[in-house]
Amino acid sequence: MTQDRSEMSEDDDDQQSSPLDLPSTAIASSSTPNKSRNCISSSVTLKSQTFPDHVLENVLENVLQFLDSRCDRNAASLVCKSWWRVEALTRSEVFIGNCYALSPARLTQRFKRVRSLVLKGKPRFADFNLMPPDWGANFAPWVSTMAKAYPWLEKVDLKRMFVTDDDLALLADSFPGFKELILVCCEGFGTSGIAIVTNKCRKLKVLDLIESEVTDDEVDWISCFPEDVTCLESLAFDCVEAPINFKALEGLVARSPFLKKLRLNRFVSLVELHRLLLGAPQLTSLGTGSFSHDEEPRSEQEPDYAAAFRACKSVVCLSGFRELMPEYLPAIFPVCANLTSLNFSYANISPDMFKPIILNCHKLQVFWALDSICDEGLQAVAATCKELRELRIFPFDPREDSEGPVSELGLQAISEGCRKLESILYFCQRMTNAAVIAMSENCPELTVFRLCIMGRHRPDHVTGKPMDEGFGAIVKNCKKLTRLAVSGLLTDQAFRYMGEYGKLVRTLSVAFAGDSDMALRHVLEGCPRLQKLEIRDSPFGDVALRSGMHRYYNMRFVWMSACSLSKGCCKDIARVMPNLVVEVIGSDDDDDNRDYVETLYMYRSLDGPRNDAPKFVTIL
Amino acid sequence: MDEFVNLKETELRLGLPGTDNVCEEKESIISCCNNNNKRALSSDNEKENESSSRKTETSPPRKAQIVGWPPVRSYRKNNIQTKKNESEHEGQGIYVKVSMDGAPYLRKIDLSCYKGYSELLKALEVMFKFSVGEYFERDGYKGSDFVPTYEDKDGDWMLIGDVPWEMFICTCKRLRIMKGSEAKCLSCGV
Repeated sequence: MTQDRSEMSEDDDDQQSSPLDLPSTAIASSSTPNKSRNCISSSVTLKSQTFPDHVLENVLENVLQFLDSRCDRNAASLVCKSWWRVEALTRSEVFIGNCYALSPARLTQRFKRVRSLVLKGKPRFADFNLMPPDWGANFAPWVSTMAKAYPWLEKVDLKRMFVTDDDLALLADSFPGFKELILVCCEGFGTSGIAIVTNKCRKLKVLDLIESEVTDDEVDWISCFPEDVTCLESLAFDCVEAPINFKALEGLVARSPFLKKLRLNRFVSLVELHRLLLGAPQLTSLGTGSFSHDEEPRSEQEPDYAAAFRACKSVVCLSGFRELMPEYLPAIFPVCANLTSLNFSYANISPDMFKPIILNCHKLQVFWALDSICDEGLQAVAATCKELRELRIFPFDPREDSEGPVSELGLQAISEGCRKLESILYFCQRMTNAAVIAMSENCPELTVFRLCIMGRHRPDHVTGKPMDEGFGAIVKNCKKLTRLAVSGLLTDQAFRYMGEYGKLVRTLSVAFAGDSDMALRHVLEGCPRLQKLEIRDSPFGDVALRSGMHRYYNMRFVWMSACSLSKGCCKDIARVMPNLVVEVIGSDDDDDNRDYVETLYMYRSLDGPRNDAPKFVTIL
Repeated sequence: MDEFVNLKETELRLGLPGTDNVCEEKESIISCCNNNNKRALSSDNEKENESSSRKTETSPPRKAQIVGWPPVRSYRKNNIQTKKNESEHEGQGIYVKVSMDGAPYLRKIDLSCYKGYSELLKALEVMFKFSVGEYFERDGYKGSDFVPTYEDKDGDWMLIGDVPWEMFICTCKRLRIMKGSEAKCLSCGV
């Protein structure tokens, strides 16, 4: 399945993660078994008595080199000191799910030969303005530490980090073999920083800027790529809100024979796209830019857009359409039959425009769109896309009281037509338990179920009942479920179901739900694999928070905003759990005598509280 | 276990614990203070600030928008509306870019927010942390290395303040705060 991973920027389906850290004795004991131990199946019996140590270490090194999965590596490192040492020497890809869980120094002290770093910063709810800016997650200390420790660093993949132009400059200067830069939902830098990277990183293969905020410094960064043939395989700049030098881009594409993925921003017109396509028929993944033009073209001179697409026999992933002129949409017909991934989520397409397109997309596995395609469009998807694995439907009008063009009808249709569905994100205004139950029964492969009924506390619009049974069915029937986001009117019962049946749930998002502390207690006392818990505007208080103390060390983070927590309780927890960083985030003009906690963000950390917390953050 | 289910205890309020139902008042005050936001908002100015919600089993969702709900990223929200906004742009603000010589970043400001030159210049001074000196009709700006200029519809670089304000906001395409010798030329008697 050729998934374009870099497209799935909003989803967070990383694999099993154990804490990146020392043996569990370093963290206060907890009764929950360290699940990483379960990853070791049968152990290899090494006759350590008969072989001298250095031979053993060599053997280990040779064997451990082949271990890729970080779950396996974490497990291997816990076997004994010798294995820990060798594993640390042979780990070349490091994943850090929370940049504040440890200091950069600890990373470089333990792992000596890192080539690739994946680093995540701010919690996801920061995307929705639930946190003031300048909270942290600065890349600076990481890049400066790694600059000295990892001269052979090749890849950096950041999500929700604050990256400055200076950071990028240091990166470009410090790592001569640097190959891949991926910035997802990042900010703090501009086109001048990008220009430094394009200019200095001569071995650059991947430059993916995804849903990041990039300031327009009016620098022609495309022209900064070196003149000779490049190593570029992937270039994604669809989020860069700045015009680009098209001539330079054309030249760049012409001298990038390995380029497979190209995602243009909305400042590239249809005519320009056409020229690029003619010069790059080897592309497999294309972000089409604006898919419109500014001036009225004279019709006899209008390029044959369909022909350009016809020439791109390898395109399997299509996105863009940032300012779509719908009359040109049929130009993509030639590639539809090959598409495995289609992203229309920035295009306001009506069902009539949409249906002729989708009816050709038999191989589609990933589909993102706006709800403007309506239930009718979803029915067309269900009828055609039997291989669909991932569906995301975003609201064209993202307000609580807007008209909802999609409903339970669309969901029901998808569940009946797309039986292989694994991941769904669905925004709607009305829903029924019946449709959700149907999906739970029809789509047993579901690992991600995120339903957002946009009106808060909305019940089943047919029966008037809470949505408890629907979500209950999801956790009961979808045995592989690892990620769940709930919405609508939900009582404690829904949470009882989650706690009891959500055996593999790692990420749970809750908003405006539940009746009492019991709801949160059900989850914290159940859901054995829970790692990431984000809750907003729900009536959960101190009692509920305390009920989870036995497990906070085994979680990546807990976020609770606009709940019913008191500072006193948070202080207690912070005192009893010294390796937990308990941040209370207030607004800029915090009322000091308030005991009320507006936002709680807590996470385990090996190196204590951070030293870069802004004024509005109190670390208890 | 039901003793934990004490609805009044766990009821969310905007007021201090112990005070009674300041919610209504505070919400209407908040809805007036559109720009007095405590949270970082995206450029979507319709969003109103509400830092917590009450239990609303009786009241239906109100028209006021809650921060961060529905959970759609600002980037996505802003970009879907691109086409929509373009047609609504008249009356929505006059956005021009502002650059300053020596500063690595550009800013954008909305000229319609200012009633005149003094307000505009003050805002620029704060934004870029410099001072413009004093404006003299004949001699331009004196007392500072920095000179505020703008590019008009004809592509000419003019001194800010030379033309009446209403004319300025109609013809101004972008601003540039010049520094040094270039500034001096423009400044003395164009």
